[in-house]
Amino acid sequence: MGLLSKKDAKLITDPLADNNPITIQVLGICSALAITAELEASIVMSISVLFVLGVGNVVVSLMRNIIPNKIRIIVQLIVVATLVIIVDLVLKAFAYELSKTLSVFVGLIITNCIIMGRFEAFALGNGPWKSFLDGIGNAAGYGVILIIVGFFRELLGSGTLLGIPVLGDPIEKTGLYAIGYENNGFMLLSPMALIVVGIIIWVQRTRNKALVEDH
Amino acid sequence: MGLKSTLHNLKEKYKGTKMAPAFNALHTFLYLPNETTHNGTHIKVADDLKRTMNTVIMAMVPCLIFGMFNAGYQHYAAFGTPVEFLSWDAFYIGLIKILPLVIVSYGVGLAIEFLFAVIKKHEVEEGYLVTGMLVPLIVPVDTPLWMLAVAVAFGVVIGKEVFGGTGMNILNPALTIRAFLFFAYPTWMSGDKVWVHGAVERAQKIADGAELDAISGETILGGLAQGKDLGYSVADMFYGFIPGSVGETSTLLILLGGLFLIFTKIGSWRIMLSSVLGALAMGLIFNGVVDAGWITESSKFYGLMSTMWWHHLLIGGFAFGTVFMATDPVTASQTNKGKWYYGFLIGFISILIRVFNPAYPEGVMLAILLMNVFAPTIDHYVVQGNVKRRMKRLKVKTA
Repeated sequence: MGLLSKKDAKLITDPLADNNPITIQVLGICSALAITAELEASIVMSISVLFVLGVGNVVVSLMRNIIPNKIRIIVQLIVVATLVIIVDLVLKAFAYELSKTLSVFVGLIITNCIIMGRFEAFALGNGPWKSFLDGIGNAAGYGVILIIVGFFRELLGSGTLLGIPVLGDPIEKTGLYAIGYENNGFMLLSPMALIVVGIIIWVQRTRNKALVEDH
Repeated sequence: MGLKSTLHNLKEKYKGTKMAPAFNALHTFLYLPNETTHNGTHIKVADDLKRTMNTVIMAMVPCLIFGMFNAGYQHYAAFGTPVEFLSWDAFYIGLIKILPLVIVSYGVGLAIEFLFAVIKKHEVEEGYLVTGMLVPLIVPVDTPLWMLAVAVAFGVVIGKEVFGGTGMNILNPALTIRAFLFFAYPTWMSGDKVWVHGAVERAQKIADGAELDAISGETILGGLAQGKDLGYSVADMFYGFIPGSVGETSTLLILLGGLFLIFTKIGSWRIMLSSVLGALAMGLIFNGVVDAGWITESSKFYGLMSTMWWHHLLIGGFAFGTVFMATDPVTASQTNKGKWYYGFLIGFISILIRVFNPAYPEGVMLAILLMNVFAPTIDHYVVQGNVKRRMKRLKVKTA
């Protein structure tokens, strides 16, 4: 990382693991449960949030000195809403089927706590370059979890990855299905996403004891 | 005494090593522990956790044996070559189908218990002994073994170990396992094929083009949900000569098991009684609704709503759930007053789900899981109520 100083690099790497927005701060759970039944949707959602948070953080950071404190939440909302509408329209134009799968959850990026949280906690107090890195880092941390959850849910729930059958054909009984394997329908239901996220949290805390709060 | 001394020597040999809990468990599972407490005053009681668990298992054994006979009986009846209920033919089918379920359930479950004991360095807990017996009794006879293994692993790890093991779980592990199976593999857990051994296979052959008659082994609840009366007599329902999960069909044997649990003071009679009252209350309400003419025969709920109010106790898994699962001391309410609310709501909600959710023809599983979650809340309010009452009394006295 010759491009970035050590401190800047930390802005990106921290949210990926030890300060992950989903597994450590437990933010943005709603969309993580709703759209991760398919890997493709998880990836598109991650990219959308990456765009919104990266650009949004820079915009808010640039305006941070001219935003009156009393109305800063409304200003932030307008920034994020504008970006989300752009994402929504792009999806509708170029990936209509996918935008139907994601349905209301693209719009709900506006209410994703991670975004407002980063605006408030970071972009309002830091320069545009740092804010950009922070936004990218947090969105990537969010995306990594989404993609892991989406991977397992689609693989075990539908036997496909990105819509391509990888375990054989369940109707023709080829591949794994020939020996009696069946898809796990529970994986397609939202509660299972919560359990998968829970397992990720469990693994993460077992590996890094510093994350465990003591009571 | 060869085995005892071998086990004892093994235990001494592995003392203080990583594998120690596993050998300790083997030793104490078969024999009395040879360790005595060293300090303090102690009251000696006969029923330790292990004996409690074994009592419950003993109460379930009749259901298991009956289930083996019934599996064969239903199989031959459905295939058009009926045999006597108490015949070797019937028992044989049950034995070769159900024994593997028991073995897989115990094998996978205990392996995970041992694994966690070794990793977390505590003694192996006996908590799985009852769960391991409950699981084969509450699944359809043709459940594929690998599915059962996956579900048991899920139930023990996510349902129990993540909360800290035996005694710390919020949900009943056996029901967690069944719920997992139900939502993960619905085609194997509901419908009109899975309850009779061989019916699924036969359906597959027919789909492949074989010229055979399709076998249907609909449960009574499944039939009623579609408005069909399957024509089983009340005696059949009570004795259990009906299709269903392995061990839940015979209300008579479950009743005997329940009485045994009450007599040995292992199961709570409060929960069992209040649960039955709850179910009867809901059944009466539905009968009343039908009698008042608010529901006509064209309604899809008519079949289940018009079922005689007390028949609900005999069909489906209600009796089994009430006696063996609602009374689980870990997940039930702890206070005596709380047990009345807890049990009543289980019965009440069971019948409610049964009638209004045709997709889940049996409501007792979901009702117990739901009330498991609410049990601590019920206890909280019972205790707070008690505190308030006594505070009041204190004030009156001092005033």
